Amino acid sequence: MTTHNSIAVHHVTRIEGHGDITAEIKDGTLEQVRFSVVEAPRFFEAFLRGHHHHEVTHMASRICGICAVSHKCAALKATEAALGVDISDQTRLLRRLAYHGEVLSSHILHIYFLAGPDFFDVPSVFPLVDQDREMVRRAMRLKNLGYDLSKVVAGRHTHPIAMVAGGFTFVHQAENLEAMKDRIAEGLNDLQDTIRTLQGIDLPDLERETEYVSLTHPDRYAFYDGEILSSDRDEPVSPDRYREVIEEYAVDYSTAKYARWNRPEYMTGALARFNNNYGQLTDGAKTAAEDLGLTHPCHKPFTNTIAQVVECVHCLEDARDLIDALVNGGIRPGREHENVKDRAGSGVGAVEAPRGILFHEYEYDEEGKCLSANMVIPTAQNLANLEADMRAYVPVIAEESKETITHRLEMLVRAYDPCISCSTHVIDLRK
Amino acid sequence: MIHFKKKPRVAFFDFACCEGCQLSVLEMEEKLLDLLSHVEVVEWREVMSEKSDEYDIAFCEGSITRKRDVERIQSIRERAETLVSLGACASISCHNALKNRWPMKEVVEMVYGDSGGHIDTIPARPVSDVVPVDYQIRGCPVSLPEFETVFKHILTGQSYDPPNQPVCVECKLNDTLCVYEKGMVCLGPVTRCGCNAVCTAYGDACQGCRGLIDEANTEAPARVLFREDLHPIMAEVARKNPLTRKEILAKFTVYNDTSEPDEEEESSDDNA
Ligand code: SF4
Ligand code: SF4
Ligand code: SF4
Repeated sequence: MTTHNSIAVHHVTRIEGHGDITAEIKDGTLEQVRFSVVEAPRFFEAFLRGHHHHEVTHMASRICGICAVSHKCAALKATEAALGVDISDQTRLLRRLAYHGEVLSSHILHIYFLAGPDFFDVPSVFPLVDQDREMVRRAMRLKNLGYDLSKVVAGRHTHPIAMVAGGFTFVHQAENLEAMKDRIAEGLNDLQDTIRTLQGIDLPDLERETEYVSLTHPDRYAFYDGEILSSDRDEPVSPDRYREVIEEYAVDYSTAKYARWNRPEYMTGALARFNNNYGQLTDGAKTAAEDLGLTHPCHKPFTNTIAQVVECVHCLEDARDLIDALVNGGIRPGREHENVKDRAGSGVGAVEAPRGILFHEYEYDEEGKCLSANMVIPTAQNLANLEADMRAYVPVIAEESKETITHRLEMLVRAYDPCISCSTHVIDLRK
Repeated sequence: MIHFKKKPRVAFFDFACCEGCQLSVLEMEEKLLDLLSHVEVVEWREVMSEKSDEYDIAFCEGSITRKRDVERIQSIRERAETLVSLGACASISCHNALKNRWPMKEVVEMVYGDSGGHIDTIPARPVSDVVPVDYQIRGCPVSLPEFETVFKHILTGQSYDPPNQPVCVECKLNDTLCVYEKGMVCLGPVTRCGCNAVCTAYGDACQGCRGLIDEANTEAPARVLFREDLHPIMAEVARKNPLTRKEILAKFTVYNDTSEPDEEEESSDDNA
């Protein structure tokens, strides 16, 4: 008997942005599978042209509501590189703190609201409001702690307000920063409960080693700054050279452009960072990994969500240290932003967004107006790897019912935590 | 306006945007749970697997930038008793309309080179330009107290008009130092308040995300910088911001690009 399963999921739910899955399975053999991006492109790279850098960095965070701080920081770093602006250590510490807040809130959103319902076998978080209200409260508490960490730094998480090229438009108050430490302690407890909740869950077992690409920094687990590292290489590469190392290529069956470096595909995001920079996690984060059964290195894409939990612990523990460093250093009214001068130049900003490595590149004229803009977002870089995982996974589940196959493929897509509303140009990465 | 007899069914939809407004709504924690206990959420792609074609209240986020989205919003409009535009993208088009300055073909080429022929894009418009909207919640992102207010107005069948006074009013109420005194150019005097002047409270200028007040005097911000006898404060602003009159007016376009969309829709549907 011939069995033919044709799977089509239009607008996968519980992901950020719009994507479709299609798969053709014949007699247990996968004929083709793809994840297509169907988000309406917004053309940031086009319309930023002509705008002054102050407006460019203001608008850049509006690329994505979840990773607003990441886009803002990538834009600020690229702009500062172009304009030759140095930032103070204090500004760097503050940005890193805002960053930790974003990673926490974004990961929590994914762990509990997007991926989580699959673990608890419900279609969304809403049934859990009645079933386990305390868990939903915990999720919301953690998410808001993340927002509030960004908020003490930048006035708001979505979208950050006071972050401008050179620094901040207001002076941070030590007591506001200090006040976050009790909340961080509470958050770390909530994360312990999260770990207990997740210890019981059963993740689909798929193992496929791939190339892992992330930033890396000599002194710390890289989020805000670092150089580009591939797990296939020993030496990192400067972000300025991203166009040389990260090659974008077309495939005949999709309108999307894919990204490769040393292999036909690579993975970026929490699991890639965990694999590349494990040694720099805080002790509590390493313990969390152990408690969750996540061993280093790990080649199981479904555990990306688990690596996110580990990073949440890291971010909160490190946020506590950042606050101490800021407060003990004595907060100075940084007014560096007032000295930023327009000039012609171009620059690249690379950061680790919650979903992986993110590049912004701008060119400005002598009046500080944007001549060209380019962004390469994590989800675009992950597409090829996601499809390679799907090709590896479908034969394993090919005998299951169509519903199960569909659901598992959706889970795999969600494990990558794709963020398509970024949609600067996920369809094609050419400038 | 209608008054609901049984629990109204609510759906959230998104178009071209950053989804930051619906995410902000999730920040409301307990308050959101309270609000939602008065309704039945039947579709919210971002956080739910379920989908539904039957709903009473539709919250629509984002701008309309594709032909098929015109059809989608029209069909949402037909089904929903009440349609709410959620945020700047849906209410005033936010940055999305900035691409309307160029023919769509050129915009696609700028970003996708010659491989973008399949991309379906039309000049961006706010939802309210395509279908009638019953409630507007402005802001990039929306302000949560206002979301709550509008939500309650909808449930109780009262109409709601977004505040139509300038942001400066809230600045004064908050006793915030005017950023002009720091040498910055601010759009607050011509921008609708309702955000509690949050940007200026953090020392940043207002960029106009809630849209212009009705009959805003958009010439004024330029004029105050080109007077002959400038007050020292304004002289300092002019020195620090060597802008032409045209450049000052262009600042309004960041959120309020009112240039007429080029109706020539040379898009083709992609194969999605
Ligand atoms: S109005 Fe702003 S925050 Fe809301 S969806 Fe649009 S870009 Fe995002
Ligand atoms: S800071 Fe802006 S909004 Fe506030 S009073 Fe001054 S001009 Fe008005
Ligand atoms: S101050 Fe201006 S830019 Fe900021 S939220 Fe209010 S209206 Fe929007």
